[in-house]
Amino acid sequence: MSKEAIKEKSMILQKEMVEGLFNELDRVQETGKKVCYTFVPGNLSELIRCFDMLPVYPEINALQNAMRKKSAGYIKEAERHAHSEDVCTYVKCDIGMMIKGNVGPTGSKIPDPDVLLLSYTGCFTFMKWFETLKRSYPNAEVIMLHTPYQENGEMTPEMTAYMVQQLEQEVIPKMEKVSGVKFDPEKLKKILGLAREAQDWIARIFETTKHRPSPIDAYFAGVYYIGPINIGFRGTPEAVAYYKELYNEIMERVLQGLGPITPEGEMPEEKYRLVVEGPPNWTNFREFWKIFYDMGAVIVASSYTKVGGVYDLGWRHDPDRPLESLAEYCMNCYTNLNIPQRISLLSKLIKEYHADGYVTNSIKSCNSFSAGQLAMMREIEDKLEVPVGFIESDLVDPRYFSYSNIKNRLESYFQMLAQRKFIHETQNA
Amino acid sequence: MSNLDSIIQSCKEAAFDLDFKRAKAWKEGAPGRTLVGYLPIYMPREIVHAAGGLPVGIFGGGDRKPIVKGDAYYQSYICHIPRSVMEMVLDHQMDHFDGFVFPSICDVIRNLSGMFKQHGFGRFVKYLDLPQNFVPEIGGRFYVHEMEHILRYLREVNGKEVTTEDLNHSIRLYNRNRELIEQIYDLREEFPWRLSLEEWYYVLRAGTVIPVEEHNEMLHVVLEAIRQPIGTPQDRVKVVLSGAFCEQPAIGLIRAIEDAGCYVVEDDLMLGSRMILGPIDDQSDDPLEAIALAYLTRSRYSSSIYDVHQPKEDRLEALVRQRNASGVIFASASFCDPSLLDAPIFQNAFNVRGLRYIAFQYSENINQFKVIKEQVGAFADSIKLWEDEPAEVSIA
Repeated sequence: MSKEAIKEKSMILQKEMVEGLFNELDRVQETGKKVCYTFVPGNLSELIRCFDMLPVYPEINALQNAMRKKSAGYIKEAERHAHSEDVCTYVKCDIGMMIKGNVGPTGSKIPDPDVLLLSYTGCFTFMKWFETLKRSYPNAEVIMLHTPYQENGEMTPEMTAYMVQQLEQEVIPKMEKVSGVKFDPEKLKKILGLAREAQDWIARIFETTKHRPSPIDAYFAGVYYIGPINIGFRGTPEAVAYYKELYNEIMERVLQGLGPITPEGEMPEEKYRLVVEGPPNWTNFREFWKIFYDMGAVIVASSYTKVGGVYDLGWRHDPDRPLESLAEYCMNCYTNLNIPQRISLLSKLIKEYHADGYVTNSIKSCNSFSAGQLAMMREIEDKLEVPVGFIESDLVDPRYFSYSNIKNRLESYFQMLAQRKFIHETQNA
Repeated sequence: MSNLDSIIQSCKEAAFDLDFKRAKAWKEGAPGRTLVGYLPIYMPREIVHAAGGLPVGIFGGGDRKPIVKGDAYYQSYICHIPRSVMEMVLDHQMDHFDGFVFPSICDVIRNLSGMFKQHGFGRFVKYLDLPQNFVPEIGGRFYVHEMEHILRYLREVNGKEVTTEDLNHSIRLYNRNRELIEQIYDLREEFPWRLSLEEWYYVLRAGTVIPVEEHNEMLHVVLEAIRQPIGTPQDRVKVVLSGAFCEQPAIGLIRAIEDAGCYVVEDDLMLGSRMILGPIDDQSDDPLEAIALAYLTRSRYSSSIYDVHQPKEDRLEALVRQRNASGVIFASASFCDPSLLDAPIFQNAFNVRGLRYIAFQYSENINQFKVIKEQVGAFADSIKLWEDEPAEVSIA
């Protein structure tokens, strides 16, 4: 059984931020604030904030429901309404929750959207999801921001111009109409300045895993760290304060030579350093994490924590190019990178973070991530001669989390890593 | 053998030749010719034609290609077409292609484009990001840039500078192609027994792998042939087949649907060849803009196009009524996100509107259809027995 989680100051700050948002959502009828449903990858948090709207992220609700063991019922409900077993379970969890009254993971009813803002980045299913939501909320304004894919491994001037035109002529006018707030470019610049600061901090935080032992787990704990920057707080002083505090806490651990904190306390020994590709499983999150920390495995970098923005390569929001940088942000999210770019980024992480291995958690219902992962794995294995591991699970459907299968596979994988380490150490002795 | 039979036979051979021998022979027929493979659903074939190329549809290996290597590239829960396409390209069946275009349809096909890039297949690989913004000055302009990008790639291959007249000429040929196709659909609606869906599918699909000029001649002959009172009407119900726009069902399944008591009078099997409704302006000073405008304003409904301003359920219902069909068969490839995510939208709307439908899933390499045939047969019987009663559907 897991012991009670230990909470640090940064965790309390994060909890306050998230609770604050849900409290505000509870009070929209009194405050008159407008509600904007949108998605994490390519989210336009700065713009939403500019118009004093409140964001709701359907996929965050889905994963929160999964962590609270509510997703299975919602998925079943969606499947009763003609949704296939074989599609994204975030979608089905969200639709099921909506059919059941749209009571969110915290137990409060989530207000209906005034606007459905589809900044469609790196995942085709998002588009289909909002087509479905539009039919449930016919009065909501729909805003589509089409984000071109980095098919050639670059953001061309034409791609940026296309997005800026959409922002200027479609997105901003519609947001003004819904919110009743006039667009203030100066306000946006200030928000972007704060977003940039938060991005600097989070980039530094994820770089701390270069230390040995790594002071944090960049996947299992990383998913908590990316919360504020991805769910609407990017561009706020609170987010900057949170990341600053988090960074200081982590650096304190570095100074003391401590490893990551797990739900069962400090990890005593770092045996293996891994890079992980793919989202985590949410229905059995702690069990899943435990398999790794019980074996002394620390995730030093992960692709999933870049799903709401890739900051490793230096890209930041730029207040002097506000709309262009919103466009570039959307285009630069992880799943909007083409397969060679993804391979290149993962290879860089494996090398720079001195990883002992590379593990893919392939998600049954997420083709955006999963399609191509086997080829990526093979390429990385061939190029870097790093041991690769492969497991399968799902986002929020507990039917596809097979604990024993995953544990067996990972145990075999860790045995292989142990053997390699032994051979390596013997040869170098 | 009649002219019609010989065309059908020839089309059958061309459509399912996984070595694309006709295309290869065409390329070898003159210097400077190029072959550009494209995946479903839609790409503007006119621009490849204008640049001296032959656009060649790649619809996977179907049930004619054992998968050995392809499975190593895809997990079991991903649709079948990308693994058979990988198998084909790894087996050197597309070595004579100069480039590949992957139109935006879903994450799987999109990521397949990256795998082609990573492996260095062809001299170019282009993911064609079709616009989801339908304002001509915004989405149209972006789409023109996308087409120019393909033309740049083609120029690098054969050095051909494409003129306005080249493009307008190609537009005219494809306009004629779509016109003939629609005329055949119209005739089939009235006399579906004159040309079975299976036969029509061969003819239609062959058009994706042979030169448009040749296909137009074939279509003309087919059209003239089915204007004659051939064949014998059967006691079958007219239906629309929807959802099979990418990975193609095996021929056995197509045959099974009609054998089970249906006439399929409308379908989306080769949607890309029919995507644009009506002719594209072939006199324009800016033909790329004309192609873009046609796509933005006169496309068929499709699972790959954001539909909020033109709900797809309304458009499918209109199509059912236009074709005097009695119901819809939703056929989705297993694990096909676009088709499966659209299914509840259609089905929930049709439940309310009292339109009859059935739904099933298939995979391109599966050719056992007993269950599906029984399901379709029961569907056809139910329509015949209770034709005048609105469908009542309750959710258990």
